[in-house]
Amino acid sequence: MNLLIDAFAWIFDPAHLGGPNGIPIRLVQHLTISLAVLVIASVIAIPLGYLIGHTGRGRSLAVSLTGGFRALPTLGLLIIVALWLGIGIEAPIIALVVLAIPPVLAGAYSGFEAIDRRTIDSARAVGMTEGQIVRKVEVPLGLPLLIGGLRSATLQIIATATLADYVGAGGLGRFIFVGLKSNDYSQMLAGSLLVIALALISEGIFALLQKLVVPRGVVANQNADVRTPSSRRVAVVGSPTEERK
Amino acid sequence: MIEFRQVSKRFPDGTLAVEDFSLVIPSRKTTVFVGSSGCGKTTILRMINRMIDRTSGSIEIDGEDIVGLDKVKLRRRIGYVMQNSGLLPHRKVVDNVATVPLLNGVAKKEAHARALELLDTVGLDRSLANRYPSQLSGGQQQRVGVARGLAADPNILLMDEPFGAVDPLVRAELQHELIRLQRELDKTVVFVTHDIDEAFLLGDQVVILQKGGVIVQKGSPTEILTAPANDFVADFIGATKGKRALHIDRRDGRDVVLDSEGRAAGVLVEGSTGTGEEVPT
Repeated sequence: MNLLIDAFAWIFDPAHLGGPNGIPIRLVQHLTISLAVLVIASVIAIPLGYLIGHTGRGRSLAVSLTGGFRALPTLGLLIIVALWLGIGIEAPIIALVVLAIPPVLAGAYSGFEAIDRRTIDSARAVGMTEGQIVRKVEVPLGLPLLIGGLRSATLQIIATATLADYVGAGGLGRFIFVGLKSNDYSQMLAGSLLVIALALISEGIFALLQKLVVPRGVVANQNADVRTPSSRRVAVVGSPTEERK
Repeated sequence: MIEFRQVSKRFPDGTLAVEDFSLVIPSRKTTVFVGSSGCGKTTILRMINRMIDRTSGSIEIDGEDIVGLDKVKLRRRIGYVMQNSGLLPHRKVVDNVATVPLLNGVAKKEAHARALELLDTVGLDRSLANRYPSQLSGGQQQRVGVARGLAADPNILLMDEPFGAVDPLVRAELQHELIRLQRELDKTVVFVTHDIDEAFLLGDQVVILQKGGVIVQKGSPTEILTAPANDFVADFIGATKGKRALHIDRRDGRDVVLDSEGRAAGVLVEGSTGTGEEVPT
């Protein structure tokens, strides 16, 4: 318990709230790395996922490839890339992109796959081009699952971006690694708490976003589903006859 | 006029869905394809707007081979109504109806005004325009589907078991609405169903199909009823079960029409106009 109080004390120590090794700078570094990774992973994985989802081709390849990617230990990958590219921000970004692609890719293609085939069939039958089907039907209807994929990717990125400092790229991981080396456990815990806080905030934002992007007509449907059972009084109908027996 | 000449369709997995199918579908009439599941009726329908491409033979619309036409343009000038309405769940009713005109570049305001008129045409209240499809009943969704099919004012309307998923009462209502619409709008309607009663009710030309798109009999409902081509047709239209063999019996001073098993099918009314199309209200 003391350790936790010490960690909070460390976070709110004015000495740590500024300067070149202060919390704000590390926080900005952490966020910059995370955001860069998310953008790069999205640019690669979303179009690819849409292509797979729209054509229905290459799904098994994508599943096995991303499964393989997922199994790669990020720390090991980070060190290999760092040995190849040298110390700096590139290595952690590449390693984290590899980590982030599978959930984003899965979100993109499963979003398309989850759409009722008959909806797409009828969009085609009334004369939409393939591009129009993607833009006007599949993208809006697939958005909730895509955001879900981005949400889990972001969580993983923020948590794993602590490793970036292992190859000198900074971020909130700095406090953890410095604390580890100097046996400064309150600093280590402070670093962890900051990462946790960041992860929770991102979860909150994405949870909100995920609600907002669900197309309104689809929400209306869900409401209707909820209403149906309450309007029927199934249990009441049968019970009197039971009692008479 | 839509003309099929020796059309065959073999799917990539080797199934021959339609073999050597030839038929003339007259303009401004309703042609109904009827048959059991897997007889190829939907395949034939979907070859008209090239949702399925024929393997061999030719399909012409007003003398023009559709193989030379751009698929997207072809589909936009043919109305299409499907079983589950196929509406876009994330768009309001009015936007769903206006889909094709908007794709064709009609201004949004104009397309919406036209969509509202179409809601009147198919008997829907304009207040439903801003609802989402999921907020409508199955029958209402089907009406929206029909309105969407009519939005680009196509000459041809393809209907793939459009009333198959609604309850019998609503189905009867929609069938009579379609007869009314057809009288008002004069479209070439191609209708697919597995319900022979629906086929006889709606069709000017009824085409009874067997597996592989083989035409067992085609003709007007009266022609088929009075002279079934073979046992299959007789069985299919219910003649062998006595459903169609009606006789008149006089009871309590009224002429009652009975089927061969003595079940009452109706009462004979003097001076009937014989259209049989009016909805009793």
